[in-house]
Amino acid sequence: MTNSDTRLVQLDRAGIRKGGDWLVRGVDLSVSPGEIVTLIGPNGSGKSTTAKMALGILNPSEGRADRKPGLTVSYVPQKLAIDWTLPLTVARFMRLTNSLSDAECRAALARTGAERLMTSQMRTLSGGEMQRVMLARAIARNPGLLVLDEPVQGVDYAGEIAIYDLISEIRKTLGCGILMISHDLHVVMAAADQVICLNGHVCCRGTPSDVSRDDRYHALFGNRRNAAIAVYEHHHDHVHLPDGKVRHADGSECSSCSGEHHHPSHGDASAEKEGGIRNAG
Amino acid sequence: MLDDFFTRALIAGIGVALVAGPLGCFIIWRRMAYFGDTLSHAALLGVALSLLLNVNTTLAVGAVSILLAIVLMALRRSDTLSSDALLGLLSHSALALGLVCLAFMTWVRVDLLGLLFGDILAVTPLDIAMIYGGGALVLAVLVIIWRRLFAATVSPDLAAGEGLKPEHTELIFTLLTAIVIAISLKIIGALLITALLIIPAATARRFSASPEQMAVIAALIGAAAVVGGLYSSLNYDTPSGPSIVVAAMALFVVSLVPGVQIVRRVTSSTKGDRP
Repeated sequence: MTNSDTRLVQLDRAGIRKGGDWLVRGVDLSVSPGEIVTLIGPNGSGKSTTAKMALGILNPSEGRADRKPGLTVSYVPQKLAIDWTLPLTVARFMRLTNSLSDAECRAALARTGAERLMTSQMRTLSGGEMQRVMLARAIARNPGLLVLDEPVQGVDYAGEIAIYDLISEIRKTLGCGILMISHDLHVVMAAADQVICLNGHVCCRGTPSDVSRDDRYHALFGNRRNAAIAVYEHHHDHVHLPDGKVRHADGSECSSCSGEHHHPSHGDASAEKEGGIRNAG
Repeated sequence: MLDDFFTRALIAGIGVALVAGPLGCFIIWRRMAYFGDTLSHAALLGVALSLLLNVNTTLAVGAVSILLAIVLMALRRSDTLSSDALLGLLSHSALALGLVCLAFMTWVRVDLLGLLFGDILAVTPLDIAMIYGGGALVLAVLVIIWRRLFAATVSPDLAAGEGLKPEHTELIFTLLTAIVIAISLKIIGALLITALLIIPAATARRFSASPEQMAVIAALIGAAAVVGGLYSSLNYDTPSGPSIVVAAMALFVVSLVPGVQIVRRVTSSTKGDRP
């Protein structure tokens, strides 16, 4: 475990309540410099909400969210809604939250392979180009903490690997902490130091590397050879039984998990994955 | 020179347009047209208040608009109603309430048509001073908050995540809008103020490659619409507000003509590299 002094951001039993419902609850999380923490989980599991607590966009209804004072944060949101009436070139977008020279803009865009897009209008970019431009803007700020909400959204498979490689490289060269969201249950970076699986609460967490040797997860996630892809480690303290009941590690059973926990995820994810393997094979 | 009512109206109108252009760009980028409508319809309540308390109209309208703007911001944040329904409700209620209040004050003679559609005969040297004083203040503040407001417009979450506190910036922007509505009332009238915010900005979009460029072009297009509209108002004895809006719309239609779009391409290719 890292020293608490070096932590860039720390959530302590943090949760958000909206209109009487808990969107997410009881999240413990910390990101240290040079560390990549990945949040995964199904839609509506509270990944973005958790990231927004870490960023300070949302204040936790319970628990705490602390950021290191004076920390520079760069945020790559899931998507941008740019109105057609807004003329916005990539070069101008790069300067959205801080001043940059043309050379700095170009250098940051070159690092993400988007240099040729400098004078393009943001509205004309494809999904992959948009992600590269948003990443370039984020690293141009030279952040201490980089928060990425689904950075491979709308990107094809080859582009996905390239972007994950790019993120590992950014971590190496900038030495920043990275908090990343992936909706993808089966594709997670090998470089991630910690994977946290959310489903309204923290379901399980661990390093992805151990898991790649686990036979059970080979069966579940397939034997992909590329180093940029790995599986996450599961440490369930409970098992979901076919009849919807939950058996805890101590052997007790109950009708549902504690907290706001509905849990369609793992069954769905494995079904989806097996389908994927059949299609591929 | 200020003795001539038409010159006064012209100076006042151009002043209003120069401020409304850049502010209007943000109104359309942020999809707040209806919000502007609500604020301007409430201006009638301000007029009623000024007559009741016998204070300066622009100040009373400004005060009411600012108050309503703050209430609207608070309601928007609480998510009680969808924004659209909420604004529609408030917009027309405010207009109706203003008209009813004015009708109750039987002891004052009110030029209702002038309030709703603008009256170039009504512009006094004091109005001009308020337009240029208020307008300069609005533009100065807009320049100061520009980067933060623009970032919050592109993505409020991104701006908040990177520590720009968009909610503060948005509140300031709303107050600026309220001030512009107060100073535009006499020239454009309560019903059509939003048009002077939106149409020149939408017209400028077709000639602009960057947001800053669009703000400047919108100000110039607005000024041109004011000059054209006021001259036709004088010549054909039409109310000034609708005449200005018709002129602005004519400019917008011209901007849609294919030949004009070539100009836009040239503009974007020469200005595209600039920050």
